[in-house]
Amino acid sequence: MESGVVILIGLFFSVAVYLMLSKQLVRMLLGIAILGNAVNMLIFTNGRLTREVPPLIPEELYTPAIQTANPLPQALVLTAIVISFSFFAFLLVLAFRAYQELGTDGVNTMRVAEPEDDQTPPQGY
Amino acid sequence: MAGSSVTVDLSQAMITAHVAAADWLVVAPSLITILGGSLCLMLRKHTSLQPKLGNAFLGLLVLANLALLARVLDHGIITMVMGNWLPPFGIAFTVDTLGATLSLIASIVAFCAGIFGSATVDATGRRYGFYPFLLLLMTGVCGAFLTGDIFNLYVWFEVLLISSYGLLILGNDRIQLDGAVKYGVLNLIGTNLFLIATGLLYGIFGTLNMADIAMKAAALEGAATGTLATVAALYFLAFAMKAAAFPVNFWLPASYHTPNVVVSAVFAGLLTKVGVYALIRVFVLILPESRAYMADVIALVAIATLMTGAIGALAQSEVRRLLGYVVIAGIGAMLAGVAVGSTLAVSGAVFYAVHSIIVMTALYMAAGVMKLIGGSYDLRKLGGLYNKNAAFAAVFLVLAFAVSGLPPFSGFWPKIILVDAAFADGRAWLAAAILLSGFLTTLAMGRVWIFAFWRGGPEGTPDGELATATATEGSASLAGGAIWVPLGILTALVIYFGLQPEWMLELSTQGASGVVEPLGYLRSVFGEQG
Repeated sequence: MESGVVILIGLFFSVAVYLMLSKQLVRMLLGIAILGNAVNMLIFTNGRLTREVPPLIPEELYTPAIQTANPLPQALVLTAIVISFSFFAFLLVLAFRAYQELGTDGVNTMRVAEPEDDQTPPQGY
Repeated sequence: MAGSSVTVDLSQAMITAHVAAADWLVVAPSLITILGGSLCLMLRKHTSLQPKLGNAFLGLLVLANLALLARVLDHGIITMVMGNWLPPFGIAFTVDTLGATLSLIASIVAFCAGIFGSATVDATGRRYGFYPFLLLLMTGVCGAFLTGDIFNLYVWFEVLLISSYGLLILGNDRIQLDGAVKYGVLNLIGTNLFLIATGLLYGIFGTLNMADIAMKAAALEGAATGTLATVAALYFLAFAMKAAAFPVNFWLPASYHTPNVVVSAVFAGLLTKVGVYALIRVFVLILPESRAYMADVIALVAIATLMTGAIGALAQSEVRRLLGYVVIAGIGAMLAGVAVGSTLAVSGAVFYAVHSIIVMTALYMAAGVMKLIGGSYDLRKLGGLYNKNAAFAAVFLVLAFAVSGLPPFSGFWPKIILVDAAFADGRAWLAAAILLSGFLTTLAMGRVWIFAFWRGGPEGTPDGELATATATEGSASLAGGAIWVPLGILTALVIYFGLQPEWMLELSTQGASGVVEPLGYLRSVFGEQG
């Protein structure tokens, strides 16, 4: 099962990189959203994948008798999901505000902070 | 429950001893800033109360960090594990001299920025959360300096990143939105790379505790070393992005000049240095073999960063954008220390980080004062500041000398150490790059001095004459000490570390030897058998 998931993760990464190379801000943001999901699956797969093994510990033991799913990657992914979700929401609003104010969502035409007709500093008095 | 009759021996899995009262200082910086930030957020409509409250908490943060550093110097490295689990389980906070020193300097700078902000951030900025964001930013910064768990380090990075977004767009100008888009997108990609590397690292070692990873990485052999090299490269890319190293530095000059000048000051002082700190922590402490393997690449990146920063600074006529490039040049010098990797070199990098935190914040504040007195950030429109305020001109000259690495100020000593260490390692090119970058920075800063301070007025004023219309607007708002006290404190520190470097040399050497020879760090986490 791991190989299948790994291929899926690779697909996610390639789609994310492709979208992030775009000049349109909206596509870049979609790329970032997919990148976040790719990372989450990567962490999840790194834990180890198991199917339908209930994490029950028999009464006389301290640890499960058979291998169950690793809970730590799940905790990590949960943290990462919350973070990437909130960042994505923030960036969406930011991109929309930038579109309203700057009238463009193309990264090549967003030149307010670094104007194209920037002059070099004075050479002398 | 049937199992209730079984007596469980907790000492196998948990720390049963009570945490010494003084060791609670480990979490104090995070606690103070989270509580202070929440309180300021709740009282956000009381705009006159905000600076008092915010500065009180930032002052408390300085005291807590001072006590923490004293404790570390007194008792050695302190480890505290959340939930009292025995390491490597549970999230560990491990405070060594390196983390405590940087945390202290960062909190001093934040305190100064808080005072400066009470004069330069208007009521709208306060209502929309300048102080809460500043305090929460410090939660992230101090947490990153103090944590001993690599995933936790990622979380602190995100805490400081989201707070920095809030600070960056405070005011909602067009130019800020433009800068924030670039800053936001590129930094988020950087932290995602950090997360990818951390996920792969967990896949290799099955642990997230830094000390545990360091021990397992030292014992690693076989095919996994190849994977580890990939992970190390990813970490380098991620932290280089956070630190604004060449060629992933473009977000910094695109965004640092857009917000309120006090926000720029905090960013320039703190954010990139957290990236450098993470680089030192991961490459020198956790993965020293990968660092040695990548040393040439890091050295090349350092040289390119030094040159990009210095040449970029020469090409700017806007003071804040010029300073943004000077920040980048400083990052190159710190990377040079990581590339060499000896105790001497890392101590130089740490000292340089301390110097850079202080002097870059002070320089951005000085740029704000230049705007207040001279009415512009543009070198073509500035002029005659020496005549308007000679004391401020002296302060600026001190800071310009310091950032260029000229004696007798704080930038001189770390540069000497770094050049010395680079020569000792046989990397003459690296030493030459550090010196050349310092020379070019001197030219760039000297030009600011000549145009803004020495020239009689704006561009076109004849040599030796004063501009007829001496604008005095803004002088009234300068009457308060809220501008001069923080700038004075930071300049005094620059002079003090320049004239009396022994104390900081001692701290940075101790911090560096703590990560280059991590036995003490490992013992602090795992006890004597480590």
